[in-house]
Amino acid sequence: MNDNNPPLQPSRSKPWNDPRVRAIFFQVVALAAIAWSGWTLIENTLANMESRGISTGFGFLDQSAGFGIIMSLIPYDATYSYGRTFFVGLLNTLLVSAMGIVAATILGFIIGVARLSSNWLIAKLSLAYIEIIRNIPILLQIFFWYFAVLRSLPTPRQSVDVGGVFFLNNRGLYLPDPIAQPGFGWVEAALVIAIVAVVIIKRWAKKRQLATGEIFPTVKVGISILIGLPLLAYLATGGPIEWDIPALKGFNFGGGITLIPELAALWVALTLFTAAFIAEIVRSGILSVSKGQTEAARALGLHNGLTLRLVVIPQAMRVIIPPLTSQYLNLFKNSSLATAIGYPDLVSVFMGTTLNQTGQAVEVVAMTMAVYLTVSLLISFFMNLYNRAAALKER
Amino acid sequence: MSESMAPPKRAFAPVQWMRDNLFNTWYNILLTVVVVYMIGTSIGPLLNWLFLDATFTGADPKDCVGDGACWLFINQRLNFFMYGFYPDAQQWRVDIMFFLLAVAFVPQFIERFPARRWLGIFGMTGLPIIGYILIPGGWFGLEEVQSNKWGGLMLTLILAYVGIIGSLPLGIILALGRRSEMPVIRGFCVIFIEVWRAVPLITVLFMASVMLPLFLPEGMNFEKLLRALIGITLWQSAYMAEVIRGGLQAIPRGQYEAGSALGLGYWRKMRLIILPQALTLVIPGIVNTFIGLFMDTTLVLIIGLFDILGTVQSTITDPAWQNVAIEGYVFVAFCFWVFCFGMSRYSQNLERKLDTGHKT
Repeated sequence: MNDNNPPLQPSRSKPWNDPRVRAIFFQVVALAAIAWSGWTLIENTLANMESRGISTGFGFLDQSAGFGIIMSLIPYDATYSYGRTFFVGLLNTLLVSAMGIVAATILGFIIGVARLSSNWLIAKLSLAYIEIIRNIPILLQIFFWYFAVLRSLPTPRQSVDVGGVFFLNNRGLYLPDPIAQPGFGWVEAALVIAIVAVVIIKRWAKKRQLATGEIFPTVKVGISILIGLPLLAYLATGGPIEWDIPALKGFNFGGGITLIPELAALWVALTLFTAAFIAEIVRSGILSVSKGQTEAARALGLHNGLTLRLVVIPQAMRVIIPPLTSQYLNLFKNSSLATAIGYPDLVSVFMGTTLNQTGQAVEVVAMTMAVYLTVSLLISFFMNLYNRAAALKER
Repeated sequence: MSESMAPPKRAFAPVQWMRDNLFNTWYNILLTVVVVYMIGTSIGPLLNWLFLDATFTGADPKDCVGDGACWLFINQRLNFFMYGFYPDAQQWRVDIMFFLLAVAFVPQFIERFPARRWLGIFGMTGLPIIGYILIPGGWFGLEEVQSNKWGGLMLTLILAYVGIIGSLPLGIILALGRRSEMPVIRGFCVIFIEVWRAVPLITVLFMASVMLPLFLPEGMNFEKLLRALIGITLWQSAYMAEVIRGGLQAIPRGQYEAGSALGLGYWRKMRLIILPQALTLVIPGIVNTFIGLFMDTTLVLIIGLFDILGTVQSTITDPAWQNVAIEGYVFVAFCFWVFCFGMSRYSQNLERKLDTGHKT
């Protein structure tokens, strides 16, 4: 046989047709492009800042701020540093977000359930609420509550007076402030003991149910312990709380807790807006549980409340949690609209006043964005944990 | 043998309906009574304020004397709310754009409208070019109108329209990048999308108006409007990318493999097979994202642009007009509501139509 033919070699494609080589080539090009544009940006920024006489670095955070902030959860006045303004703003942002998330969740669940009500009028009313509220920009709603509603409230002298304890006027809502007196420590201790007791009872009740099948009324007993024990301690120590009741001094109220109108408008608007979205999420979650599940639960002899608690809600939560997370994130991000009505949140105080006074645009913007990034990631992290706990366990 | 029973007695149909839907249990009876009472007591004053006692015509603010709404205010300032400071003599140019916009997009809501698809394509490609020539002017003998004179509804529509036209292609590229097999490109797209989605639009607008001038080489500067548009487009493209990624993930693997088996390269496979299916799937999602963007354009008033809310807000604080805040907000709310409700109905219809029932 003629064996002069060269042995068959695997067909070798040109290197530029090899997908792996191509992939590496494209990625190197992409890296180079990103590095080059990053470099140009930094170079431009440094050159621009130098020509404008702006120094770089975070040294400005130690300088005295020299401006007042109308509301602060931590001690603050104009002599504190710019670094302090950052924390004042951050806490105010977190406060309004937390208040909004709690209220919007409650309202959203109520409206979502009302949307499925057997009462035609209630169902249509919830539908109208949802369709009106979510098709109107949130900024407009904040403006409406702040400029149109709260501004038209009476002046401090003509305040709306509820029992001489609560006062409402165009400077805000004034509530009595509880001040702990000596002996209040007993009430706190009683609360801690009550919490521990409830946890122990719950464990014991579960163990007993698994062993004997008997159901212990954990919820009722738990709630009565949680409320009863501290109340008992409170009465036994002779009521160690004094109320600081707001009173009209000169042109304005002093004492008590003040809910400033900026916070109230922002809170109401964020709550109503987000509740409309949460209601739709809740509705679709409840509808996603098939009728067969309810029927099966009834066939097992569970009554209405237990069917809801043990069968429908756990399954609905699986559908509800992921979109609910993104609504919480939206509310948190929308709280930055505070700057439009002058509520001193992070954007308004730090990215607004501090940035204008110091001119440190890059540092301030980077810090603000880092905060939003961190909190957003944290919220989604915790909601993911909860979601994993609620998710379908497939074995 | 038992006698056949007579059919159950049913009351007169409306009465029966009310019994079933309004008065079926004691708590529903209570709720119905409370709600009917609340509606009954509030609807009269509301109608009075809106229409019966309202002032519609007149010459100046002093004519608003009744207890009702002062619609005269809207009537008088309508030109400002529509065009901002755009010069009166040049407003026909904006009117042409309003008309073309309506011609291109209203038929999209009507099924079987002739040449609907072509009008849509015109709206996405030809319209921006015409707008770019017509609105700023400065060419073909058109008088130039600086962008700081634009305002009102016109500016709102420009922001929303440019935002969507710009973010769609960017979003497609980012979504493809996020599903790429190359780690560097995927990593870059993931970071880009997640960072933009995590920060509020206000910080993006602040950044665009404060930091963008620092990023650019010296001597090069954009107008405020263009800076806002860049910020909005980048921010929106991250959201768009996530919507489109949902569509890409919904296409079965077999489609990708079939494309490769036909010998198509990556881009041709995407362009001819994957994207047409994926984009059709996510049209409702795109419309919903657009509704969100449309409402968020109001935020530009914080960086000093006069969109429709900005123009109304500046008139409300004008000392010549007093106590017209509610009228102004109701007017803006109505404008937004009509647009957004219409679009959301459209996307719901589309969803129902596209839902072939094959989903698991």
